[in-house]
Amino acid sequence: MSFEVILRAGLATGTILIFASLGEILAERSGVMNLGVEGMMLIGAMAAFKVAFTTQNAWLGLLAGILAGGILSLAHGVVTIHFQADQTVSGLSLTFLGTGLALVLGEGLTGKNAAILPKLDIPLLSSIPWFGRIFFSDFNILVYLGYILVPLTWFYIHKTRPGMHLKAVGEKPSAADTLGINVYRLRYIYTFIGGCMAGLAGAAISIAISPGWYSSLTTSGQGWIAIALVIFAHWNPFPVALGGYFFGMLRRFTLDLQGPMTFLGMRNPFFYDHNLVFFLQMTPFILTIIALVWGSSTARRKRRGAPAALGVPYIRGERGL
Amino acid sequence: MSSIGQENNFSVEMEDIVLRFPGVLANDHVNFTLKRGEIHALLGENGAGKSTLMNVLSGLYRPESGTIKINGKTIIFNSPKDAIASGIGMVHQHFMLVPTLTVTENILLGLDEPKFIMNLPKYNSKIGELQEKYGLKVDPTAKIWQLSVGEQQRVEILKMLYRGVDILILDEPTAVLAPQEIEDLMETMSALVAQGKSIIFISHKLNEVQQVADRLTVLRKGKVTAEGIPVEGLTRTQLAELMVGREVIFRIEKHHKEPGEVVLKVSNLSAENSRGLPAVKDVSFTIREGEILGIAGVAGNGQSELVEAITGLRPCTGSICINGQEVANQSPRAGMKCGMAHIPEDRTGVGTAPNISITGNAIMKNYRQEPISNGWRINYPAADEHASGLKDLYDIQAPSVNTQARKLSGGNLQKLILAREISCDPKLIVAMQPTRGLDVGAIESIQNLLLEQRSNGAAILLLSEELEELFELSDRIAVIYEGELVGQLDADQADLNTVGMMMTGSLRSDE
Repeated sequence: MSFEVILRAGLATGTILIFASLGEILAERSGVMNLGVEGMMLIGAMAAFKVAFTTQNAWLGLLAGILAGGILSLAHGVVTIHFQADQTVSGLSLTFLGTGLALVLGEGLTGKNAAILPKLDIPLLSSIPWFGRIFFSDFNILVYLGYILVPLTWFYIHKTRPGMHLKAVGEKPSAADTLGINVYRLRYIYTFIGGCMAGLAGAAISIAISPGWYSSLTTSGQGWIAIALVIFAHWNPFPVALGGYFFGMLRRFTLDLQGPMTFLGMRNPFFYDHNLVFFLQMTPFILTIIALVWGSSTARRKRRGAPAALGVPYIRGERGL
Repeated sequence: MSSIGQENNFSVEMEDIVLRFPGVLANDHVNFTLKRGEIHALLGENGAGKSTLMNVLSGLYRPESGTIKINGKTIIFNSPKDAIASGIGMVHQHFMLVPTLTVTENILLGLDEPKFIMNLPKYNSKIGELQEKYGLKVDPTAKIWQLSVGEQQRVEILKMLYRGVDILILDEPTAVLAPQEIEDLMETMSALVAQGKSIIFISHKLNEVQQVADRLTVLRKGKVTAEGIPVEGLTRTQLAELMVGREVIFRIEKHHKEPGEVVLKVSNLSAENSRGLPAVKDVSFTIREGEILGIAGVAGNGQSELVEAITGLRPCTGSICINGQEVANQSPRAGMKCGMAHIPEDRTGVGTAPNISITGNAIMKNYRQEPISNGWRINYPAADEHASGLKDLYDIQAPSVNTQARKLSGGNLQKLILAREISCDPKLIVAMQPTRGLDVGAIESIQNLLLEQRSNGAAILLLSEELEELFELSDRIAVIYEGELVGQLDADQADLNTVGMMMTGSLRSDE
């Protein structure tokens, strides 16, 4: 068990969470909470794997995964933005819908070999001693995309005009509306982008970081962790990155912990009883449950800097937000 | 068609505007004109259709029929953006600002420039120049939530000026301001008009209209009752009559009364607001029998939290004694048992259950008592009788006691609440904004009801943003600023200026 291995594994698997969380940040910042991330990820993973398997072209697979997530999210958009239904209920339904569709359409894909996105070294950066070897060599190309998307998303939200419009629509849609910003259109766009990012996260699993189709175990609840991460991170990209990589490392750590007979000089209980590891593996999910329950109080959400109009459908001319 | 000189005279001409909401004819063939460089007041009671008409002019609503001409040209607006492009900008009653963004960002919102990357310093200085020109001071880098209400209003005006608007619509701009801020606003309005802008000033405060407006148009129940008449020479009584449709007596009778025993004793009361921040800080006061204590303050300085703590709706620290009985941190019912009546700020959310009948609302406090119930079963005929007794006594206008409360007008709903609270023969009345948004006629009867209770020996805690009302009704006036009582004065010794300065935090009385 080495720290470097765990760190590198964390960077790789954390990328998956980061894609999904960044997408959810964008959607929630526009006022649309989408609890269907798990469903969108799974359908993205399935679509990416299926297309990469049939065409033997990983890039086509990636595109299919992204679009599958995006298209599914539009269902949530129609229900919550157009028909102004409850976002929680619609999001949960989306998880069921996405999961169900993915399992049916992914029937028979288990154990097949699809084309996979390439791994590569970043020229120059990878030659930096230690640092380059850990962060910039022999990673799947999507891991590097994660590196770029985090600061890019931050910059977009806080330093650009469309980012300002995004925040306005999520904080006070009526103000945005009076200034000619199309609240409905922006919310559709960001819901779609959120879905695409979840699809990308799914594709990152099935055709890049831990390739293969293992039905519902492919995502194994990571969509929920991604949502919790957004709450932990106060709707900001950099903390999402930290949390994502941390959860990634934790995952690898719990696996590696079963290896050595002693740990920190003591008898390693996990070596003798592998069942104990289950408790460790639960940690991210327990944290997720705590985050979701704790974060479900509107007052607490407000205090933590949740967009003021999060979860509130916009109806022109109604008093309030 | 007509001569150019004639057309140029008017910047806005609205003809025959009709707009219907479900069940209401909000604008019934309304005509309205605005001359260039004038301040035109738009008067009317609440629900008279003023804001609706202006929402039509600012592109938010589309009229069913009628035409709008801007500078003589007929124009159809599809959105507020179109209206702004034609030089019309509206400052809404509820500010349309994003609290988490800065002043500059709010002003730039929705514009095509900057294209992609925000270069805030550049725009901060641009907005600084605009502020210089019109004398509207506010820090461009501050976030909206950090600003006072007066400053937020300046941001709203700046937002419109930045867009090169010539016609400004101000929707009840003074409703939320302290007296000094109102003075500042009046000056700003004069400065804007001097620079060639035209202003439509929506209000139901007659004195302000008389002070700044050149002409006025009055709406009543969606119809125009006076169209573009000059303000000069009109008396307040005439104005009120145009608004309400009948004569209104402004003087209210208040007899001198020697206060009796202490009824409410609040000591060292502190409470947090819903965000967990301190809202009421170490407040102490007493009210005696037959005494009205008025609490003045700009909205959002802890008034709501204070009332909620006293009425048992919000946890607090400190002590609240009603006739010697401690009620702090107990249920609202504990206060009710000590003879407390509560006239809440929010009439439809807290004061009544809008979807149940007048009867249901009328018995909400005494449904446990004979003859309305025998302990477990409600005797509806008796309840109806009780309710119709109140309906007649307090002159509540409604088809029957089975009418749902939400179908009542604001004034009648408030009368229903007062009827319920007063019929329990209260020792203490806590009234928050009892006349807000009501028309002159309803205000008159609510105020008289409160004074009647004072004569009967009730102690009354009155919170209001209407200083005039506070001065007329109260025996003593206290000022709340950022959750603290910054001064307590006898009403006959207090003057508007002192209270106004206390309300904005620039003066404290040393006690």
